[in-house]
Amino acid sequence: MLLSVAIPILMKVSFPEEVSPQTRMVFDVIENLPDGSNVLLSYDFDPASEGELLPMAQAFTRHCCAKGHKQYYMTLWPLGSPMVDKSLDTIRSEYPDMIYGEDFVKFDYKAGGEVVIRVIGTDLRAMFPLDSSGVSLDELPMTKNIKNLQDMDVIVNVSAGDPGTKQWVQFASTPYSLTTVSGCTGVQAPQMYPYIPEQLAGVLGAIKAAAEYEQAIAEKYPEIASNPSAQEAKRRMGPQLIAHSLMVGLILLGNWIFFVSRKRGEA
Amino acid sequence: MEKPQGSNTLIWSIVFIVGAIMLLISLSTSRTGQVWVTPTHHAFTVTSETNSNGGAVWKSIDPSTATNGDITWTTYAAVPEVELEDKITSNEASLSWPRTIGLWLAAMFTLFILSFLVGDNPAYKFAEAMVVGTSAGYVMVIGIWDVFVPDLLANLFPETIKGWVLPGLSPEPLEGLGYALHLVQYIIPAILIVMLLWNLMPSGGWISRWPIALFIGVTAGFRMIGAIEADLLAQIRAGIVPLWQTTDGVFDFWLSFKYFTITIATLSAMVYFFFSIEHKGFIGKTAKVGIWFMMITFGASFGYTVMGRIALLAARLEFLFGEWLHFIPAS
Repeated sequence: MLLSVAIPILMKVSFPEEVSPQTRMVFDVIENLPDGSNVLLSYDFDPASEGELLPMAQAFTRHCCAKGHKQYYMTLWPLGSPMVDKSLDTIRSEYPDMIYGEDFVKFDYKAGGEVVIRVIGTDLRAMFPLDSSGVSLDELPMTKNIKNLQDMDVIVNVSAGDPGTKQWVQFASTPYSLTTVSGCTGVQAPQMYPYIPEQLAGVLGAIKAAAEYEQAIAEKYPEIASNPSAQEAKRRMGPQLIAHSLMVGLILLGNWIFFVSRKRGEA
Repeated sequence: MEKPQGSNTLIWSIVFIVGAIMLLISLSTSRTGQVWVTPTHHAFTVTSETNSNGGAVWKSIDPSTATNGDITWTTYAAVPEVELEDKITSNEASLSWPRTIGLWLAAMFTLFILSFLVGDNPAYKFAEAMVVGTSAGYVMVIGIWDVFVPDLLANLFPETIKGWVLPGLSPEPLEGLGYALHLVQYIIPAILIVMLLWNLMPSGGWISRWPIALFIGVTAGFRMIGAIEADLLAQIRAGIVPLWQTTDGVFDFWLSFKYFTITIATLSAMVYFFFSIEHKGFIGKTAKVGIWFMMITFGASFGYTVMGRIALLAARLEFLFGEWLHFIPAS
């Protein structure tokens, strides 16, 4: 199994991705917003899920930048702050024209999970009087007119568990009818699909959906397609295919051995 | 402790020996395990303008024109593999020792964690303890500076905190009853914190049960509201759909089939959890259909979980082969 993952990485094996309808739904939500819309991105994951979720988070960031959306970053996980910083680094290095406070802003971690969502649903400043660098929200051009969550056009949640997408659905999307999309770990994905389409406008499940999202962005924005950093999820799908093929092969082989042994009366 | 099997040890010994040889080759032929950085200088100078808070407004200036009263600093960005040789040749990049040491620590800890595949061992235990310890320490620091100071102390002692760490704070001027109510609102949580920490005292540990009970009660009530609204009522509403679906006025077979399947799956899975009637006859057969739908769901979850774990392994191997060993050719 180790070799089936390692060899494709070393050989840089990758396969073409086709954008599924589920991924297209998420892409269209961001794409169809008027340029310069307000997008809240909550990165509710930590380094333990970075390999699976960061490519997705970075794809959301690049897509929002390409559309010129105003991005409001926050996290409900104490170790989520460095994950947000990685997206801010991407903005600063790949979109140097975007200005902190005018095009993107970061709020610090706040404890409380769903309570944080409930509070900012009615009053953003009650939870975040300052941004992460200690500047009053009234001083920043992009936050001075924002009162609460309901001023956001879309909520993007990248989630590895609790608090995460479920809490955003329960305390933001459902009570305020806010358009919300989610990118989540594979473990959570089957639990999130029932929320589509009423409570979630779309779900990206695991690295496969992240790769499809990268593909959707690449088709629409060729300048992003030429950036190797923007192909992280697609790169990880090579090892996925080989490893999964090996696993399916081993399962079939095991079953074949089992049935042959049973036929011979050994099992 | 279970002794690792001989074959496992042999396989992993081979893997580690091959890895060590590759590392030696790489160290001698490339810039393995090195992080090179380029500096970017920044400078800000104070202007005559003031903001709404009465504070000075600073503006960005060309770093070469900075004088003594200005604020200057330098940030360093890691040089991408493709640009490395050119930047080193042109003396634009310099070797960053702190980042290089960090890279080696990250690589070593990754290998220590992976060594659990051979069996439980001191290296794995050391790495595990480091992860738990550093995570706990990091969370504590984040908790103090992102939550405790701005949310509690800044409300109890606004002017002191504003002057000390949060100059951007603009506390509302309160007087009389308003001020008293504001204080009470934050003194109660402060008392609850002290009660919670009482658990660490040699006696009177029971005092900590009160804030824990309050916390659990409030959380349960709060979550119940969200669950009823979003998971019960909204899902019931979403589950009641017409089975006869049309698109542009024409019967849509596949859409109808989709909603029919959703309805059957929901009802049959619910029947399985209905234990007041014995699962015999029609009820028993319906419950079995429910089990099948649940098994398909669990299978999908398992498949997704495997995908997630392979993605995590791929990310660590990409780090080891790419950032650390430089085996992956730059594109």
